[in-house]
Amino acid sequence: MTYYLTKRTLWSAVSLFGLVVFVFFMARLTGSPVDLYLPIDAPESLREDFERIHGFDLPLWQQFVDFLGGLLTFDFGQSLRQGVPALELVLRAMPTTLLLALYSIGLALIVAIVTGALAAWRPNSIFDRIATLLSLLGASLPNFWVAIVGVLIFAVTLRWVPTSGTGSVAQWILPVFVLAIRPAGLLVQVARSSMISALSSAYVKTAQAKGAAPARIIFIHALRNAMLPVITVAGDQAAGIINGAVIVETIFGFPGVGKLLIDSIMFRDFAVVQAGVMVTAVAIFILNFTIDIVYAVLDPRTRGH
Amino acid sequence: MSETLLEVRDLSVEFRSSRGITRAVQNVSWSVAPGETLAILGESGSGKSVSANAVMGLIDSPPGHITSGTAMYGGRDLLQLSGAQRRGINGKSISMIFQDPLAHLNPVYPVGWQIEETLRIHGVSSGEARKRALELLEQVKLPNARQRLGDYPHQFSGGQRQRIMIAMAVALRPDLLIADEPTTALDVTVQARILDLLKELQRESGMGMVLITHDLGVVAQVADRVVVMKDGQVVEGGAVGDVFRRPAHPYTRKLLSAVPGQEPFRHVEQKPEVLVEAKGLVKEYLLASNPFKVGATPTTRALDDVSFKLHAGETLGIVGESGSGKTTLARTLLRLTQPTAGEIAYKGTNVFSLRGRALREFRRKLQVVFQDPTASLNPRMSIHEIVSEPWAIHAGVLPRAEWRAGVEDLLVQVGLKPEHADRYPHQFSGGQRQRIAIARALALQPEIILCDEAVSALDVSVQAQVIALLKELQKKHGLAYIFIAHDLPLVRDFADRVLVMCKGKLVEEGTTEEIFARPKDPYTVELINASPHPDPERLDRHEIA
Repeated sequence: MTYYLTKRTLWSAVSLFGLVVFVFFMARLTGSPVDLYLPIDAPESLREDFERIHGFDLPLWQQFVDFLGGLLTFDFGQSLRQGVPALELVLRAMPTTLLLALYSIGLALIVAIVTGALAAWRPNSIFDRIATLLSLLGASLPNFWVAIVGVLIFAVTLRWVPTSGTGSVAQWILPVFVLAIRPAGLLVQVARSSMISALSSAYVKTAQAKGAAPARIIFIHALRNAMLPVITVAGDQAAGIINGAVIVETIFGFPGVGKLLIDSIMFRDFAVVQAGVMVTAVAIFILNFTIDIVYAVLDPRTRGH
Repeated sequence: MSETLLEVRDLSVEFRSSRGITRAVQNVSWSVAPGETLAILGESGSGKSVSANAVMGLIDSPPGHITSGTAMYGGRDLLQLSGAQRRGINGKSISMIFQDPLAHLNPVYPVGWQIEETLRIHGVSSGEARKRALELLEQVKLPNARQRLGDYPHQFSGGQRQRIMIAMAVALRPDLLIADEPTTALDVTVQARILDLLKELQRESGMGMVLITHDLGVVAQVADRVVVMKDGQVVEGGAVGDVFRRPAHPYTRKLLSAVPGQEPFRHVEQKPEVLVEAKGLVKEYLLASNPFKVGATPTTRALDDVSFKLHAGETLGIVGESGSGKTTLARTLLRLTQPTAGEIAYKGTNVFSLRGRALREFRRKLQVVFQDPTASLNPRMSIHEIVSEPWAIHAGVLPRAEWRAGVEDLLVQVGLKPEHADRYPHQFSGGQRQRIAIARALALQPEIILCDEAVSALDVSVQAQVIALLKELQKKHGLAYIFIAHDLPLVRDFADRVLVMCKGKLVEEGTTEEIFARPKDPYTVELINASPHPDPERLDRHEIA
């Protein structure tokens, strides 16, 4: 297991490096930031000054070498727009996004496990049918629509929660719920089907033959086995939120990484884009690493030698 | 044995689905007394497990419905119990073990925990349960029991897992143990040890035992009484000796006569032509290792210096238990894997030097029939497509215009009907599917057919039919067979010469008569003795013992 995780870490480092190289060149294909930061009729001398100050006048390979040099000291350069180190901007936005992902996936998991287990206990019961219908609905509703309707009902009409911003606990409620709906819908389906197969497995028959009560069969015998596919899908969904809860962050004015990345791309703020991609990738790598460990804890067969 | 422990009377169970009602068992009656072993004998689909599952309350409803009958135990009808009453009996007074212990143990909990669970469910304290779990594992003779309490099911061998299941089942000294095909997936020597263990536990505790099996040899070895089931009904019952010596029902007679290992030894003139000669075959596999450690990579030898010859038209049996290297040998012969050392010559040419046309010709002459006909036939292909596919691969054997007639001819040869060509594999029974696999192997007019456990998954009576077919085809086409099997009586009836393998080595080689009548190697002797046999002569020996 340790060997496996070490190998994974090394390979991830290789992919991370490939990723930053790719982002470095792709960003520069969008054109020079000069066009965006200076007026259209700015004199040529001003444009050259701008390029010299920010190093855009150097040959591409030179820029790339400087960039790699900076990477060694975690220096991604300065943000063009805000004049502060790019990494600092990203690290300031990251906790918000991570917490958003953590809370919404956590909520989705709790809903999914309880609902899925109950639905699987008596497949095709009234409860199962309603749960299946609602989960399908949840999985198919687009985030932006739920966000807007949510704001309209709970913030504007009922005034239970604020419309946007961060700071107070109340301001987290709506975004977390909005982001949890889709993953919850998907996870209920996964939890239900994996619980059904776990409950019809041979070891459940053994537990019945031992005289185990239904609660014991569901929560001790079947649930732990059924969790593996649920964890996999939950990990995917969490990665999705870390990657870009852009729409929800924009609607609620949440200063997360998704919003920062989109703004930086718009303004050709290369340094921030590079730092953002790098930090997001590291976060997703850590997420996957955690899932591997959860897997090993849940299922001894994946522990290897 | 006047008192009765459990009496099942007139039990009928049906399964209702959208496709209709299946009557799994009808008016089945049997009983078992304390200290007695009752065998429920039947082939697949006979409903032999259904009544035991009903007794344990393990029939899922829907789709299952118990439509009539009683199961009286201690003055109560088990079929009328509430869930809570049932849980008070299951695992405590009546317990059950199953076929395939790997699937029946929960993969995510240590085995010690799973044994303790039985005890804790029925009110034993955690500390006491922990102590008892260790005692139980020692009682079922699990090696290093103390160190292995914390290990998980996948870390044990098949026989050890069944011992763990048994420890779990006898934890509370039940009155009755129901064993559903407890040794079916195990090697013969392991089977013999598990059956001995069950008998020993029974002698100590005086519990009654219900043994559900398809194996007449197992019945003869351990049961006192037997009921024979066919199509959901009990066709015959009585003391094992009486039923086996004087079977009253034609089905019982058919079953008994289908049991392999009863024919006189064959004496076949060996043809001088050598088709295949293997010399010094070695196959090593790398074991998973830590790449950060310096030093030689550990290997395991699946084949260790194996040499033999296959003559034209003969049947060469290869026997051995799991892990003996049988399958590796088969894969090497088929050139599916490269040996680490040694060579295989086909008519004098090294098989591993063959390329292109010559290789295709070799592949054509050596065909294979696998163990599981359900897995080896593509479910989306019609029988016509399956049987004619070899002709599509080996162009020039048969022109496309003649495929239809060719397939129909092959189907008739293997005892199927020409119109079966348009059906799909799922429409056939296991035995029929294996006939289809044989037809496919015959399509290229091979010289050799390798049968890798080709009849192991089939019921005895079907097994006998398929073996008869193979013999008939051998006579007709002069085929040579390499017959890999773990079932010794089957090999005894079918093979001309036998190779005995153990841990990758060839331990003994000889004519069938030499191997079975005068075995020399101690391992061969153990293997032959462990193989259960429904022969009344041997039965008497067992009864005396």
